[in-house]
Amino acid sequence: MSQVLANSPKGHIEVKNFSLAYETIEGAVQAVTDTQIHVRPGEFVSIVGPSGCGKSTLLNAVAGFLKPTTGVVTVDGERVNGPSAERGMVFQQYSLFPWKTVRENVEFGLKMRGMPRSQRERAARTLLGLAGLEAFEKHYPEKLSGGMKQRVGIVRALATGPKVLLLDEPFGALDAQTRVIMQQILTNMWQRLKISVLFVTHDIDEAIFLSDRVYCMTARPGSIKAEIPIPLERPRQQSMMMSSEFLALRRGLMSLIREESLKAMGGEINDLGMQGLNIELHGHSLADVI
Amino acid sequence: MSSPALVRQPEDSMPATALAEAGSAPAAITRPSTPPSFATLGLRWYRLNRAGLRAAAIGVISLLAFLLVWHLLTTYRVVFFVRFTNVPSPLAVYDSFIKAIHDPKFLMHILLSCRRIFIGFSLAAIVGVPLGLIMGRFKLVHEVIFPVAEVLRPIPAIAWVPMAIMLWPTNEQSIVYITFLGSFFPILVNTLHGMSLVDPVLVRAAQCLGARERSIFREVYFPASLPHIFTGLTVGMGVAWVSLIAAEMISGQYGIGYFTWEAYSLVQYADIALGMIAIGVLGLGSSLLIRGAGQLVMPWRST
Repeated sequence: MSQVLANSPKGHIEVKNFSLAYETIEGAVQAVTDTQIHVRPGEFVSIVGPSGCGKSTLLNAVAGFLKPTTGVVTVDGERVNGPSAERGMVFQQYSLFPWKTVRENVEFGLKMRGMPRSQRERAARTLLGLAGLEAFEKHYPEKLSGGMKQRVGIVRALATGPKVLLLDEPFGALDAQTRVIMQQILTNMWQRLKISVLFVTHDIDEAIFLSDRVYCMTARPGSIKAEIPIPLERPRQQSMMMSSEFLALRRGLMSLIREESLKAMGGEINDLGMQGLNIELHGHSLADVI
Repeated sequence: MSSPALVRQPEDSMPATALAEAGSAPAAITRPSTPPSFATLGLRWYRLNRAGLRAAAIGVISLLAFLLVWHLLTTYRVVFFVRFTNVPSPLAVYDSFIKAIHDPKFLMHILLSCRRIFIGFSLAAIVGVPLGLIMGRFKLVHEVIFPVAEVLRPIPAIAWVPMAIMLWPTNEQSIVYITFLGSFFPILVNTLHGMSLVDPVLVRAAQCLGARERSIFREVYFPASLPHIFTGLTVGMGVAWVSLIAAEMISGQYGIGYFTWEAYSLVQYADIALGMIAIGVLGLGSSLLIRGAGQLVMPWRST
């Protein structure tokens, strides 16, 4: 199986001089400005940032749903002009087709490619087996738990053998335990398939645990504030999350994001002590705290 | 928490323990080791279906109470604002029912009405559903057709009767046309509504899996709209019967609506009630048929 799936690494994503603006009645609103990122073939890269910073916008541009206002997105040197099966996508809301069974969902990309029924059924079964879902192939998505739905979502996106996998806060709606297991499953699949992954999340631990590199974005208008390599060795284990190395990375990223979150919430904050604020702020608006 | 060792072996297939924890498996039901007896099975069945049984029992009682009240009101010829003096009793209606089912003419009335509904409603579905789908997908078609539809929609099908008689060469055709009109607009409007509610994320998901325009239409827009299409069909079927009966009463020579009106003219009061009950039963039956069809077409929505 691994020989079939594991081709030579591919999927070099490059985003250059990227900016994206929305037209509104008050004029253009800049969502993302002056951004350069890249993902090397086979690399796992995360984007973190405060909410509303445009990280999902950036991912949607790589997927081909949004056209950059300036700049260019390329995958393996080819310009991205629209969505394609070469760039698999996993959504936070799972977005499985409710009228298709689990297996039919996984088959969808292969069906679109014109693969004959028996062949794609076999392929879908193999993939579902890999994700431990073979028993549920005939279930409709509604009957599955969130974690199972998202496993189907990942398997569906991988079924067509994309060059890159794009994930938009895929585990955001899952409970903590399920999330940890899903992270392991994703790592596992990524290591087998050796494809490039671009992963958007607001969970710093998740970003560090999964990634080779993490981009941290500024508050809106979003741009890259910092690029942090994650030198933790692989395979990674849950216990690593307690290591001093991990915690140092976490502390660094935390402070970067905290600055940006505060900016996003209330502009510049000068006099108030940041340490006190970030506890108080949790879940409240800045105005409430002051 | 699952053991961290699981991640260390990427060559293994998915770790089973991790998967068991990953989602609570809804299908995993622990079965007792010995097969349960019929008595326990029966008890269990009763417990699971108690709500349904209760509703059925109360339903039967309420129908019987209705018949009893009807019977009392008519036997004592109650006059209290409304006059029950000439209203047939349930037993009289039952007698005329027994007579009618041996009368080929009555059966013909019913068959003709059913045929009109079948043709009119089918045409409305065949035109309304695709038109709604296309209007929902292509803005220009929507912009052209929607204003006309909005102007014609509030006109009740009954108001079309004189125009229909002028438009169509035969009475039969004009009645079918009225039936068609009655069901057409609910079907069109609900299909359009369904199209407008299709989750754009599902369209995106299909696009990232390599789906092109036509496949997205067939694999996403159409199935996503189906629940609303069936709402439209159910409502449309109801309005089709309303329109049919009105048209038959005004311009018909046959049909269950005509039968009911004729009974009034001929002072056969029991037949009026019989006609009404027949219309009710037929309407109920046809909406049950549509609901059944809906469950067949949308298996993901049942249970």
